[in-house]
Amino acid sequence: MERHQLVIIGGGSAGIAAALGAYENGLKDILVIEREKEYGGILQQCIHNGFGLHTFNEELSGPAYAEKYYDLIKDNYSISFIYEAAVTEIKDKCVIVSTPEGLKQIEAEAIVIATGCRERPAGAIGLKGNRCEGVYTAGTAQKYLNKQGYLVGKKIFILGSGDIGLIMARRMTLEGAKVIGVAELQPYSNGLARNIKQCLEDFDIPLYLSHTVEAVHGESRLEYITLIEVDDKLQKIEGSEQKIECDCLLLSVGLIPENTLIEEIGVKLDPRTRGAIVDDNYMTSVEGIFACGNALHVHDLVDYVSQEGKKAGKAAADYVSGNVSSSEKIANVVSNGVSYMVPQSFHKGKDLEFMFRVNRVFKDCAIHVYGEGLDKKLKKVGIVPSEMQKVLLKKEDLENLKGELHWEVLE
Amino acid sequence: MYDITIIGAGITGSLIAHGLSKYDLKVLVLEKENDVAEGATGANSAMVHSGHDPKPDTLKCRYNVIGNRMYPELCKELQVDFLGIGAFVVATDDIEEEKLETLIRQCEERDIPFEVLSGDEARAIEPNLSDGVTKALSLPSTGIIMPFEVTIAAMEEAMLNGVELKLDYEVKKIDKQKDYFVINDEIETKVLINCAGAHCDDITNMLRTSPYKVITRKGEYFVLDHLEDYLHHVIYPTPSLKGKGVLAIPTVHGNIMLGPNSDETEDRDDDATGSGLDYIRKEINKTMKNVPFNKLIHTFAGLRPHIDLGDFYIKEDDVISNFIHVAGIESPGLTAAPAIAKDVINDIVMPKFADCKAKAEYVRRKPFIDMRHMSFEEKQKLVESDPDFGKIICRCEKISLGQIKDVIRRKCGATTIKGVKMRCRPGMGRCQGGFCEPEVLKILSEELHKDVTDIKLDRDGSNVLLASAKEEL
Repeated sequence: MERHQLVIIGGGSAGIAAALGAYENGLKDILVIEREKEYGGILQQCIHNGFGLHTFNEELSGPAYAEKYYDLIKDNYSISFIYEAAVTEIKDKCVIVSTPEGLKQIEAEAIVIATGCRERPAGAIGLKGNRCEGVYTAGTAQKYLNKQGYLVGKKIFILGSGDIGLIMARRMTLEGAKVIGVAELQPYSNGLARNIKQCLEDFDIPLYLSHTVEAVHGESRLEYITLIEVDDKLQKIEGSEQKIECDCLLLSVGLIPENTLIEEIGVKLDPRTRGAIVDDNYMTSVEGIFACGNALHVHDLVDYVSQEGKKAGKAAADYVSGNVSSSEKIANVVSNGVSYMVPQSFHKGKDLEFMFRVNRVFKDCAIHVYGEGLDKKLKKVGIVPSEMQKVLLKKEDLENLKGELHWEVLE
Repeated sequence: MYDITIIGAGITGSLIAHGLSKYDLKVLVLEKENDVAEGATGANSAMVHSGHDPKPDTLKCRYNVIGNRMYPELCKELQVDFLGIGAFVVATDDIEEEKLETLIRQCEERDIPFEVLSGDEARAIEPNLSDGVTKALSLPSTGIIMPFEVTIAAMEEAMLNGVELKLDYEVKKIDKQKDYFVINDEIETKVLINCAGAHCDDITNMLRTSPYKVITRKGEYFVLDHLEDYLHHVIYPTPSLKGKGVLAIPTVHGNIMLGPNSDETEDRDDDATGSGLDYIRKEINKTMKNVPFNKLIHTFAGLRPHIDLGDFYIKEDDVISNFIHVAGIESPGLTAAPAIAKDVINDIVMPKFADCKAKAEYVRRKPFIDMRHMSFEEKQKLVESDPDFGKIICRCEKISLGQIKDVIRRKCGATTIKGVKMRCRPGMGRCQGGFCEPEVLKILSEELHKDVTDIKLDRDGSNVLLASAKEEL
């Protein structure tokens, strides 16, 4: 049987970074398994600019970012890639891979899950109306346009102000389609501020906050949608319906970490992130299986995905080298405005970065971190659910901590 | 001149065609949609009812009970899935328990196997039954199938044995000559069988004033992600005047379906989803607990055509000889279909062709290539024979390029994205085709030698791609 020190599932931004992290930490035998014909994952269809400001100090397109990152490892004999290879199953520390050349069983000392995320489909939001063609997730429309060169609609309406939806509003406008508007259920946008400016405002595309799509109508192809306003409890306001003609509805209503493979082997998932529950070494509830990137929790920026991937790769290398902490783990507990925390638990003894999101908009507030032996309030101004928050706690901060560590937002 | 023409390629039309394909007859099937099983057949509870529920002395009752007994053998013959998982009809109060007694009596009268369980006994088997369940009628002969798959398999095998199928063919006009019919001024047939589902009255009206009128009921369903451990039996509430109620149904592929509700509706072709979903949410909580609504991946609605006579209408026309009605086939029509087909063939059609013999040689279809249950070695062998079986296209359901090409290249093969999805599942998983749909579209365009902009999701007019980028719009 083929054997490697480390197998990384997914050759996108997280997987490439994990390979680099593991190599830099001493591993000499790393295999990256990628299902597509090339590395880069979803970056390959993200041809817009804005990637890499943190990592390379310049704005790159998705494919350029992937290439530049890949360049860091391409001449490295310790890291190999296989393409058009789909992992269909994990069994103990063995992965089963399907490729046109045949099936393979590959054994690994550690596995990193870097499988990215998928879009929440139309069926999951219970959209009312006809079963007509013309309702797409924004990412699928992006794949059709940027990879195949075709438009899924000419008159577009977009539900959800997630970043992919915003990017596609601009992209489809530039390719000649008419984007009529974007509806967002919440009273605030779910996309990055710069995308609202550059993708909507610059093209005079209206953003309907506190609105949602009530129903889709059409015989075989979408003909119009019913847009409806919601109140501050997100309940639909009767009588506020308006009919908007369009032949395509794009959905940008959320991303879900892709964890089918590890769910099947009983890795514990966090219902809040829908990714694995991990410790500060990115190790899941199953020893030797690590997770990072959008498969762990959905990120805003690829730069953060790469950073996380690198750290997970480094930790996986530590594990393979037998360099693991045996100290007791401390659990993070979130409440009052904090919707999740990654990692969900941690070992003391080093500086640690915590990533989380809040569940609504906070203007002036403080992140309150407390437990036995620690009580800290970190001032924050204007934090929103669409922007991932990071907090660094020093080794010394955590030194006297006992029991659980609590997180909340104080207004 | 055809011996027999069947209008409608739903489950009944296809099973009649399949049964007739065993004889030396020239058989034609006409279907107005671009695939089989597009009407009521394609959107329903996907189950084989035991026959406990229909009113006594109806055709619904007779054919349900017989159809249930025929299914396991039929599915084996067609090499498609049938899972005899059984069902519980659950009661939650005294009134419902009383109604359950009626069902128990009917089971006895109809020779349907059953067992009566207390609420706790039922919960010991199905822990996610609601705590309010006080009594359950267990019906082990209940089964689940994929209706689309059964229909496709029946039509495929019929076609392998000479039956012709014309898709995208709408019957607009029928003329009765002395001893044959002329359809749309071009097709001649001795016998005409009306299996037109929601349009069976329209077809009849082309020949005479229809003795029945179709009223459609809408049935709406929720589909949840793979949840093999949540539920193992079909769960019925005690039936009410409105119908069987909202069911929880495991599917052949391990998903859970919740539904249907039932609304009268005017529009016959329109599969609308809507307010009924809220109703289903409310109703299901009476029989089930811990319903994982966060695993919802798909919703769909089917139209259930019933006729104003209240029962199936299956007979040769009183006035027009050789015109056969197979009308009003609503629930339990899917279960009843094999029994209906058998009687229509043996009692009505074949006596008209008294000299006709069964074919000496009959070609069996090959089963769809299902890699789910293959061992590593079996898969390995398959990939060695054709590398396309090693190229995974649908990541959620793990469907290979080879499987997709196979369902396109067969008789009664897929021509649309939905057609591929119903035959071998890419797009049925948790991402609902978000990743693989563009790939499937490309494969269809290559295999069918069509431009990508001509590839449809489903019906006519449902083309996926409207223009190439930068095209003058």
